Parts: sequence; C-alpha cells; structure tokens
Amino acid sequence: MLDGIFLGLSTALSLQNMLMVVAGCLIGTFIGMLPGLGPMSIIAIMIPVAINIGDPATALILLAGVYYGAIFGGSTSSILLNAPGVAGTVATSFDGYPMARQGKAGKALTIAAIASFTGGTIGAILLIIFAPMLSSVALLFHSAEYFSLMIVGLSAIAAFAGTGQVSKALLMTVLGLIMATVGETAQFNAPRFTMGLMDLQSGFGFITLAMAMFALPEALYLVLKPSRSAQGNGGVIKDLRITGDEAKKIAPVITRQSLQGFFIGVLPGAGATIASFLGYAVERNIAKSAEQKEFGNGSVKGLAAPETANNAACTGSFVPLLTLGIPGSGTTAILLGALIALNVTPGPRLMVDDPQIFWSVIISMYIGNVVLLILNLPLIPYIAKVLAVPRNFLIPFILFFTLMGAYIGQNNATELLILVGFGIFATILKFANYPLAPLLIGFILGTMLEDNFARSMNLYDGAAFVWERPMTLGLLIVSLLLVVLPSYRARRARLLLSRGANGV
Amino acid sequence: MTLKIGRRAIIAAAAAIGLSGPVAAGGHQVVESIHFLIPGGAGGGWDGTARGTGEALTAAGLVGSASYENMSGGGGGKAIGYLIENADSQHGTLMVNSTPIVIRSLTGVFPHNFRDLTLVAGTIGDYAAMVVDADSSINNMSDLVAAYDANPSGTAIGGGSVPGGMDHLVAAMVMEAAGKDALNVKYIPYDAGGKAMAALLSGEIKALSTGFSEAVALAQAGEVKIIGVTSDERVAAMESAMTMKEQGIDTSFVNWRGFFAAPGLPEDKLAMYQDAIAKMYETPEWETVRARNGWVNIHNSGDDFMTFLQSQEKVIGDLMKKLGFL
Repeated sequence: MLDGIFLGLSTALSLQNMLMVVAGCLIGTFIGMLPGLGPMSIIAIMIPVAINIGDPATALILLAGVYYGAIFGGSTSSILLNAPGVAGTVATSFDGYPMARQGKAGKALTIAAIASFTGGTIGAILLIIFAPMLSSVALLFHSAEYFSLMIVGLSAIAAFAGTGQVSKALLMTVLGLIMATVGETAQFNAPRFTMGLMDLQSGFGFITLAMAMFALPEALYLVLKPSRSAQGNGGVIKDLRITGDEAKKIAPVITRQSLQGFFIGVLPGAGATIASFLGYAVERNIAKSAEQKEFGNGSVKGLAAPETANNAACTGSFVPLLTLGIPGSGTTAILLGALIALNVTPGPRLMVDDPQIFWSVIISMYIGNVVLLILNLPLIPYIAKVLAVPRNFLIPFILFFTLMGAYIGQNNATELLILVGFGIFATILKFANYPLAPLLIGFILGTMLEDNFARSMNLYDGAAFVWERPMTLGLLIVSLLLVVLPSYRARRARLLLSRGANGV
Repeated sequence: MTLKIGRRAIIAAAAAIGLSGPVAAGGHQVVESIHFLIPGGAGGGWDGTARGTGEALTAAGLVGSASYENMSGGGGGKAIGYLIENADSQHGTLMVNSTPIVIRSLTGVFPHNFRDLTLVAGTIGDYAAMVVDADSSINNMSDLVAAYDANPSGTAIGGGSVPGGMDHLVAAMVMEAAGKDALNVKYIPYDAGGKAMAALLSGEIKALSTGFSEAVALAQAGEVKIIGVTSDERVAAMESAMTMKEQGIDTSFVNWRGFFAAPGLPEDKLAMYQDAIAKMYETPEWETVRARNGWVNIHNSGDDFMTFLQSQEKVIGDLMKKLGFL
C-alpha cells in the first residue's frame, strides 16, 4: 500500500497535475457560485475537456478539483444570497445567511472555508488509510437503515421549532413532505398529484423550489420591507477574523462532523445532503440550551456543522465509487461515466490494476483542499463585497440569477412559472412568520424517506424490519432522543428555575 | 430513460456533452443539417445518444451541421407533444427516444404513441441481464428459479426502474418464461442503477435485473456474476455469459434507442435521414463514438423499425396486463 501511496504522490505532484488541481478548483468555485449550477452540471460541462486530456489520472484530478471548488462555491451563494444551488448547501444557509445579514459575511465565509477544508482534509486522510476496508461499511446499510437515517435527518427540523413555532414548523415540514409526493417516484409507474400537467410528471425540481423558498422571498422581502436591509450590509465587511472564543466553539463541532460526515458519505444511499442535515441536527440538539437558541439566527456552530459534514461526505462518497464502482450520488455517477469513458473501471480491482490512478486521485483530493483554502481565504473580502452593492442593483441581480438557475438545467420555461408562483406563496408565508427551511428539508428528504420505507415494507412483508434489524431500531431511538432530550432538558431547567424562584 | 441516473445513462452521457464535431467537408454529405430534439435534460441517456450520433454524423461529413435542444418535461412526453403539435415546422428535427416510449404509451402516461410519429430508425441497443453477487450460491437461472421456489418472498429481484418499468418487465418476462407466475415475483425498485447495485452487494436483494453493458463492466471487475442475458446468441463483449435461451428460458429483449421525426414528414426527407444513418455505421467516426459509449449496433430502419416496435409493444403489453399495470 505504501508503494501505491508514493506512486500516487509522485503522480499528483507533477507540475501538470498541480496546475489541473488549481484550474479545477478555480473553475469550480466561480461557476459554483452561480445558483443553479451545482457540481453535477459543472462536472458534466468539464467532462469533454477531461476526456480530451486523455490521461485518466490527470483528467480525474481536474474533475475532483472542480467538484470541491463547486461545493465551496455553492456555499458562497448560500451564505451571501440565501440561494443554495445544491441540496448539500441548503443547511449552510440556515445560519450562514443570518450571519451575512448581521454584517458578518466575511466571518461566515471564513468559517465556511475552514470548515470545508478541515472536513475535506480529514475525509481525505481517512480515505487514504481506510479506503480498502471501508467498502464493507458502504454495504452495511439496507433500505430499512436508510429509512431510519432519513428520520434522524428530519429531526433537524426541531431546530426551527423555536418558542411558539412548533406547530408552524411541523406544518411546513408536512407541506414539504406532501410536495415531495408530486410526480413519479421509484415506487409507482403512474404520475401522482400532477393535476394532469405534464411538467409536473417528474415532480418539482429541487433548484426551482430552493430558489422559490429561499432566494426569491428574501429578495422580495428586501423590496417590500426596506427597513430590514438597513441593518447589516452597510457596505462594511467587518469581523473577517474568527475570535478565539469562536474557534473554541467550532473546533469540536468540526472534528465531530468531519468523522460523522465522512461515514455518512461512504453510504451510497445517503450523501452530502443527508450528512449536512444530520450534522446540523446533531450539533443543534447536543448544544447547550443557550447556544441552541442561536441556531437559525447566525450560530457559528450551525454554520460550521453542515459545511464540515457536506465536504467530508463528498470525500466519503469516493469510497463506494472507487472501491465498488457504485456511484452514491448524481455527481459521482457522472464521474463514473467519465472514468469508464477513459477506460478505467472502478471496482475492487482498480487499486490492484491501476494503483497510480487510485492513489493519485485520493492524494489530489487532499491537495485540492489545501489549494482551495489558499485560493479562497485572500479572496473572501472581495467575494463578500457583493453585499456592498447597493440594494437597487443587488436585488435585480439576485432575481436574474434565481430565474436563470431554475431555467438553465431543464430548458423548461414552465419551471419559471412554478418558481414565481411558489416564490410569491413563500413570501406570504415569510410575512406570516412561517419558517421555510422545514418545508425544503421535508421536500428533500421526503422522496428518499418514502422510497426506502416502501422498499423495506415490501422486503419484509410489513413493518417487521423495525425490530428485526437492530441498527434500524437503534437509529430510530437516536432520532427519538434527538427530539425529546432537548425539550426534556429545557423543561427540567424551567422547573428547577421556578422552584428556585418559589424558594422551595 | 433520463429519469434515472444510472450507469447506463451516464456511460452514454459522459463523453457526449457539448461536442459538436468540426465539419469534415467531404463530397459525400447526405443531409445539410439536423436539429436533434432531446426529450430530457443534459447528461441523460437520450442526451448522450443524440449528441454522440450527431457527433459521428458531422465528423464523418454525412451531415453538414447538427444542433441540439433539450426539452424535458413529462418524462419525455412534452417533447413528443411538441413535435406533433408543430409538425409542419419541424421537418429538420429528429427526436431521440427509446424503449420507454413503448412502455409509457401503453400505460397512458404519454397521450401519444410511436404510431403518431414518423419512424426514422432504431440505431443502437442494449440487451438486458440478470446478475447476482459474485459470492452468491446462485450460478445460473435454474439456481435462481430453485431459490424462488423454495422461498418466493425471500427471493427479491431488484432493478433500477419503477414497478412496471423496463427492469421489472424483464425480470417478470424471464420468470414467466421459466414457468413461474410473474405476479408473485417480488420486485424491489431503486431510483438509480448504482443504488440497485449497492443493494445487490449488500444482500438486500438476491438478484438484479439490469442492462447488459452495465453488467459486463461489473462482472469484469469481479463484483457480480451474469446468470442470463436476453440476447438470442452470446454477445461478444462477454462470451462466457449464458443466454436465457440456452438455459431453456425462451425469451429475448432489447432496450433500443432510435430516432423519430414529425408526423407527415415528406418521403424524400425521410429517405435522406435514413440514408445518412445507414451510412454512418460504416464510418470510423461512428465506431469511435460507439466504442467509447459501449453501445451495440442494432439497426432497424423504417418498416423494420415499425415491425420491431409493434412486436415489442405486444410482448410488453401482454405482460403488463398480466401484471395488472394495464
């Protein structure tokens, strides 16, 4: 194995390949910042270029750089514009955008960069050491476990159920779950709830909905309620540095989420999105109750958790791809296609037959993370300046990219009508003080929840999987604890307080 | 099938995005230009087929220039409707499609069917295969049927399509031909080929119904065993894989891809398109594209294409009635 690592190191460190990593990271970051262009479309765009390079190791190094850059770029638009272009960065906007609104955009981007770097780096190290052994971990989960993992993910919603908001958050979640049932799913060969509209047959598009729920209402809100924009973006990007206190707060979060995110990424049915929601849920629910209140209002922990987890998970998703030839996500599926076009067949034999490819890819991931950090830290003040653009220029700009993002992937003008319709609906909900994040979480997790549940029911001829599979039961108990424990602790604290006040 | 991001789709997509080859202005140009209408988004199987074919046709000089338009919506139905509604202005357009047009027209998901279009040619295809985990005790179809007899509900067969979709129909067709009641076969659907493969390797399902080219890649990596192929004779890509027929299961199936034009296309134009496609098979440019994507040449032009589609519609329709999907 050591031979392989050195072989990979020398391949990855060649001048040409280093240039590829840098180029890939830059391309990925800048295109990834545009909402609507996630890693999947950017990689798809770059594939002809990669194939023309010819050398599989170099091509893959370029694509891996693009992949990381795109994910990092995606968090930038989540933080600055509340416009998550990929499902994996939705959770980033929960606390990243409030921070930006408080004038801490620079700090938020710095935390995101450091969290991404650490998550990706720890992921790459785990990959180097454990990749060959991890292929069995990737096959540990059956549909039943994926189902219960989605339930754990849904418990992230508790974070939005602030005081008096529980029923509203639940309502929005259910609405999101209902919206996920529109169109054809893996379980039925007939369209559901499409009202006879052909454009709904594939269901609602994620990007359309994310733009409609997050970016559009935010832009409209700024127009309709100008007072709100007075705070924060006065054009000054202060607080670029992280204070020692904050560093102390996020260090354990980043460590935990690097590991947790990586292992969730290894599972082919989970991936970066689930990892980010789970990261957010877990960190929120184990935080002290005073810190819990900050979640959703610009908590540094709430930003660091999903950012670390989604990057670690992206690295983790290379385990099933390289060792089993199984793509865990749309993006890795496209990468697999590129590999096959380059005459490389990923699988158990890749490490034996083409060690220089296997190891140079893993090592270039590590280098890619370093390059991203070096490239991006100095750029942050300039990127954050986007918010210093006067409102009457910024808002049309956001609206333009929002509409473009929804249109570009599908070339379907109906998406624009859906976007505007839901955008107005979401703006009304926002004025009525309904949290919109639970809706999107419900929508994203809904399909996977339903598919895995239906598969498990079918495989076990009923709900027997809950008690016949100990891991399923365990995960369900964890999700129950994640929801119940915080409220139990809060209740106890209140009780103790009132007792103290009564002098008992 | 753009809806599933499986290997089959991606393999095709990988190489083909955004390439429109330079015009080699040869003296043998047959068609001036073709506009390809792709009923799904960028990066799907249809997308790869159209762009790959366009690339080969232009690079070989058979076609002057090619343009592409992605029109997703309705799982492909929107583009079919568009081509029919605007038939008069779409004489320069070829739409790519595949087996699902037959399946989806039968279920009524598409209000139209292939008879409403002008059939140009079926160009490529892929056989279907049944695979099991490399460590499985099942080695051939009779082992699988025996396992099914012993424990029908414990012998789940998975696939990357919805119930009533292609992978399910292949599994049902095979079990039916083996003398079993296809209705009792437990089919577990996954939303992508990769996830179905993970389920097979993790032991959640006993066998997997999938595309042959995808199965070959995994069999060569030593992860799965191919226990039956739905071709009439063994396929050169993997000579060791037994066909269904030689195991006494009399069934065959091809997942084809091909091109359609607007209804009422003038005969001379149709002949021109068919001529360009027929000549394409001889060119080295096509061979490059074909080999890169692992496609199998299955050329059915005009009336042959109609006969082929009608017989496929009959077989699939009968099976779907039996399974209760119609």
